[in-house]
Amino acid sequence: MTKNVKQFALLAVTILMLISVIAGCTPAGQATENKSSQAQSSYSTRFKIATTTSLNDTGLWDYLTPVFEKKFNTALDVVAAGTGAALDYGKRGDVDAVTVHDPAAEAQFISDGYGINKRSFAFNYFIVVGPAADPAAIKGLSPEDAFKKIYAGGTADPTKVRFVSRGDNSGTYAKEKLIWQAAGFNYPDVEKSGKWYIEAGKGMGPSLVMASEQGAYILTDVSTFLAYGSKLNLVPIVESGQIFLNVYDAIAINPAKVTTAKMLPMANNFINWLISDDVQNLIATYGVDKYGKPLFSPMKGGGCKDPGCPKVEDYTVPVS
Amino acid sequence: MQELWEGLVQAVKLVVSLDPEVVEISVRSLYVSAAAILIAAAICIPIGGLINFHDFRGKRVLINVIQTFYSLPTVVVGLFVFLFVSRSGPLGGINLLFTPGAIIVGQVILIMPILTGMTISALSGVDRSIRDTALGAGATNSQAIWTIIREARFAVAGAMILGFGRAISEVGAAMMLGGNIRGYTRVLTTAISLYTQEGEIALSLALGIILIGIATVISVAVNILLQRY
Repeated sequence: MTKNVKQFALLAVTILMLISVIAGCTPAGQATENKSSQAQSSYSTRFKIATTTSLNDTGLWDYLTPVFEKKFNTALDVVAAGTGAALDYGKRGDVDAVTVHDPAAEAQFISDGYGINKRSFAFNYFIVVGPAADPAAIKGLSPEDAFKKIYAGGTADPTKVRFVSRGDNSGTYAKEKLIWQAAGFNYPDVEKSGKWYIEAGKGMGPSLVMASEQGAYILTDVSTFLAYGSKLNLVPIVESGQIFLNVYDAIAINPAKVTTAKMLPMANNFINWLISDDVQNLIATYGVDKYGKPLFSPMKGGGCKDPGCPKVEDYTVPVS
Repeated sequence: MQELWEGLVQAVKLVVSLDPEVVEISVRSLYVSAAAILIAAAICIPIGGLINFHDFRGKRVLINVIQTFYSLPTVVVGLFVFLFVSRSGPLGGINLLFTPGAIIVGQVILIMPILTGMTISALSGVDRSIRDTALGAGATNSQAIWTIIREARFAVAGAMILGFGRAISEVGAAMMLGGNIRGYTRVLTTAISLYTQEGEIALSLALGIILIGIATVISVAVNILLQRY
């Protein structure tokens, strides 16, 4: 009997040791294997932001995060979600700042009191990409006319013309609905008009992969498309139109309204850091080595001249 | 087919060369799920014992309810824990959302029913005659209970392995509660989900191989341990 007890104890100890060895490995393993997490694990404060997926899928946050962490000695946790979800995390106080790109939703967010200290820090353009054969023959058309022809082609023959929509409350999805509207459609009718219209419910990168698999057209920001280009059987088809302007904004969560948000000073640091010359220069060069051109244009000196561009003070005056 | 093959070759390279990102994500997954199973075991094995060794009204119903929760959907657990630990939820003050701790909490809740239920089955599966023999041989009641617990140890260890397997392979709770933050809350399953959607097939496959490998190694190791005793 005592022998059995001993054996049982031995077994228990062995399993526990096995598990504690595994668990004990963590900090050491990370420290030696991964510089960024070594750095992260040594920060005592963590600052959480929610971001639109396009900024994350392009690798921009992987590129900027270590710079922020070093400067402010604070771990930056980036939760990637569509603009709608990101704003919702903000309303709940689960993050202290958001980086998003849906002007109408942002305006609402700010006028409802959830967000303050908005600054624009980068812009680019949307494009419509699709199969090289261009089955709906939309090359060279305006965005609105292109959408009309995609609709006509898709409803006529969904095996030939398809369109993948984000369908996920993201800024890109908001832009897509705006274009349908500008093209004279009532969006709910488009949504229900047949199998040609595919709602992915995924982030920008995954939706592009899906469109590529399906041989479909899709509205995308040009940065994510460039970052994914080599993985996709898609080419740019409609590339110009005023409606395509895409501005990225950073917004702090307002502790006066969202009482659970507690890091406004750090959120202000974060926003001022984003519009600082150093980071604007980093944004201006991000992607040049890999894709031959920058993925995003910085606001400062980036030459945003379209009517929809933010005012100069919206990206030069620091917040406090 | 070509994609699968090339992906596999690359995946094996990533595993063999101990690619830093692959190692980091794997270690985190192990750590999170090991913590979850240890916490769950500390809670559920005593509870299972209490339920098994006591007779009370509604015991059968309670056991049935526990068994129903064996297949608790991971996303539902994720949703409920999210609502509780979100800063605007009742437990918001502890700042748990989007941390590894939140994933651990989700996984603990996910595997509690399985561990409790299987502890009860393990204990009640021990032949009644063993208890009677022990009592007949002059053992006290608590000594008899200890005998039963020792008899059931293999089955309880099996339950723990099963619980660990469910924890390390679930993706819903880990995604919703951890947020899949790179270098902080990205675990094997959420990484595979993300990288597959992003078209990073080789990396996904590498992580998938590791996930299967971990499950195999652990169950073989525990089997060897158990057979030696």
